[in-house]
Amino acid sequence: MEKEQKHHKEKSTGNISRRTMIGGAVTAAIIPVISSFTKYIQAGVPIPSPAIDDPTKKIGPGPGKLGKRSTFEQPVKKPSDISSRSPLQDFYSTITPSDLHYERHHAGIPFIDPSQYELLIHGMVERPMKFNLADLKRFPSFTRICFLECSGNFRTGKEELTPQDILGLTSQSEWTGVLLSTLLREVGVSDKASWLIAEGSDAAVMTRSIPIKKALDDAIIAYGQNGEAIRPEQGYPARLLLPGWEGNTSVKWIRRIEITDQPYMTREETAKYTYPVNGKIRMFSFEMDARSIITFPSYPQKVEKGWIEIRGIAWTGRGKIIKVEVSTDAGKTWNAAKLQEPVLDKAHTYFKYLWQWKGDATEILSRAVDETGYTQPRLKQLVDARGTDLGGYHLNPVTAWQIKNDGSVLFKPEAWK
Amino acid sequence: MKTGKKIKLANMPGRLCVVIAAGLMLIGLMAANNGVLNSKNQPLLKDTTQWPATFGFGRTATVDEIAKWDISIRPDGKGLPAGDGDATKGATIYALKCAPCHGVDGKEIPGIKLPAPALVSDTAAKSKPKTIGNYWPYATTLFDYVRRAMPYNLPGSLTDNEVYSVTAYLLSANKIIQPGAVLNAQSLPKIIMPAKKLFVVDDRKGGAEVK
Repeated sequence: MEKEQKHHKEKSTGNISRRTMIGGAVTAAIIPVISSFTKYIQAGVPIPSPAIDDPTKKIGPGPGKLGKRSTFEQPVKKPSDISSRSPLQDFYSTITPSDLHYERHHAGIPFIDPSQYELLIHGMVERPMKFNLADLKRFPSFTRICFLECSGNFRTGKEELTPQDILGLTSQSEWTGVLLSTLLREVGVSDKASWLIAEGSDAAVMTRSIPIKKALDDAIIAYGQNGEAIRPEQGYPARLLLPGWEGNTSVKWIRRIEITDQPYMTREETAKYTYPVNGKIRMFSFEMDARSIITFPSYPQKVEKGWIEIRGIAWTGRGKIIKVEVSTDAGKTWNAAKLQEPVLDKAHTYFKYLWQWKGDATEILSRAVDETGYTQPRLKQLVDARGTDLGGYHLNPVTAWQIKNDGSVLFKPEAWK
Repeated sequence: MKTGKKIKLANMPGRLCVVIAAGLMLIGLMAANNGVLNSKNQPLLKDTTQWPATFGFGRTATVDEIAKWDISIRPDGKGLPAGDGDATKGATIYALKCAPCHGVDGKEIPGIKLPAPALVSDTAAKSKPKTIGNYWPYATTLFDYVRRAMPYNLPGSLTDNEVYSVTAYLLSANKIIQPGAVLNAQSLPKIIMPAKKLFVVDDRKGGAEVK
């Protein structure tokens, strides 16, 4: 944003540098039409070639204090009033750059002074305690990679949707912090405790009830994201992180954990984050079900006849992805895709499938299989199992892209009502 | 990957307890870890054997500090403050502080997108949209949420009596309580919400079945 504003300013004063002019021209030509990803695999859309001086004849800028993206690369999140979606189609692999991590918050991003930050743990404990940020960082640390995903992560309804539009409320980082179990050991948890209440210090004072088993299994109080301090949008200076669970339970800006023996039935686990299932309302769906999406090729890209490496991501909250299958004939036959190593627990897994497109209209699809033996369902299977009043949470149907005769790629929306 | 897993498991307190049981650590640790952690029966892992009974980081929280932040209300009413309110008082507060976003009477208006969800409907399970009347399983949640997060532009600005009154107004508008009912720490948790019978806990555990 800052860069864009600067450009405008320069333009308005008539003082346009060559660098600005080049960057602006290329950006305008690429962004609405095609992602930068495509130019490496397809030459279908011509990339404007501005007159760049021979780089071997001119010394470039020297070392700087902060890196920045190439002027030619401008991936952006897509914000709405309540969330912001990751540009899945622009990623080459599974780590989401921190500034492109999806956002979902319930009353904005709080401004928290790390020197004032404290985490309170109380309730059914021997000794209620407060930990400041320095305290948290002194404990034995723990680092892992895992995805986060909003449980409302699915949009459909029209053909002109990008992967970012359809499933952009998921991202992946390497997280560092202290295991919550380490802190619970410090306060001495009662053997009668079975739940904990996690509460944030945003203006919604967002609160969720979490079974204590998850806290002992793999919960983290995270203060690091991709090697640096966690971003404000992601919970700075510290957040709860529950690998594989619906994003809302990983309470950001966490300030209080109450150890208890029952769920408190907060608004976010009753009125929200619940969904109709055959006339009932299902609550406490914690694990994210296995799913996948092809991120290349995808709308609004255009493909050419010949070899195409179909690429995408698959993930599950219930462990590891063991298989991803791709169909290039509208779901009639399925073939195993190649999984990019390492395949990690509760993590985005990159898959690839080589395909020779001969120019006929078809549909391409992917489906994920996780280590519990669960196969990502078709929408019809979900409707058959839950009824037509599906709601918007925990919907993980197989998604399809239509490949048209002219090589254009469109999402295939499916109706269920 | 193997190394990562090993570290992860090694830091889990369940393992620690086996260590304790094996008598490899100080008896004092037993008190520090107690039953919940002992209930997990997991194999010995070496990394935590070097851990002290306590690291000594952090400090004891005072009673006042806990009281200041402990605002959660339990379904049985634990946490509800003193005070009371009724729907008449609540209607005035609603008109002033809630109606701009939630609509004049809290109902969905066809063709108009309000900045915030509709709150009032009949209590039939199949009716739309999802409101307090047809979708909220606990009345205590209403008090808890309004007090912590509403009004959206001034969260936490209502007094406890005002929160009781707004809660009473919304429950009355949804025809769950009588218009003259007084809500307080005793009466609020006794309210049975129409939607409560609909809620079921997810029992899926993975595997081949689509549920």
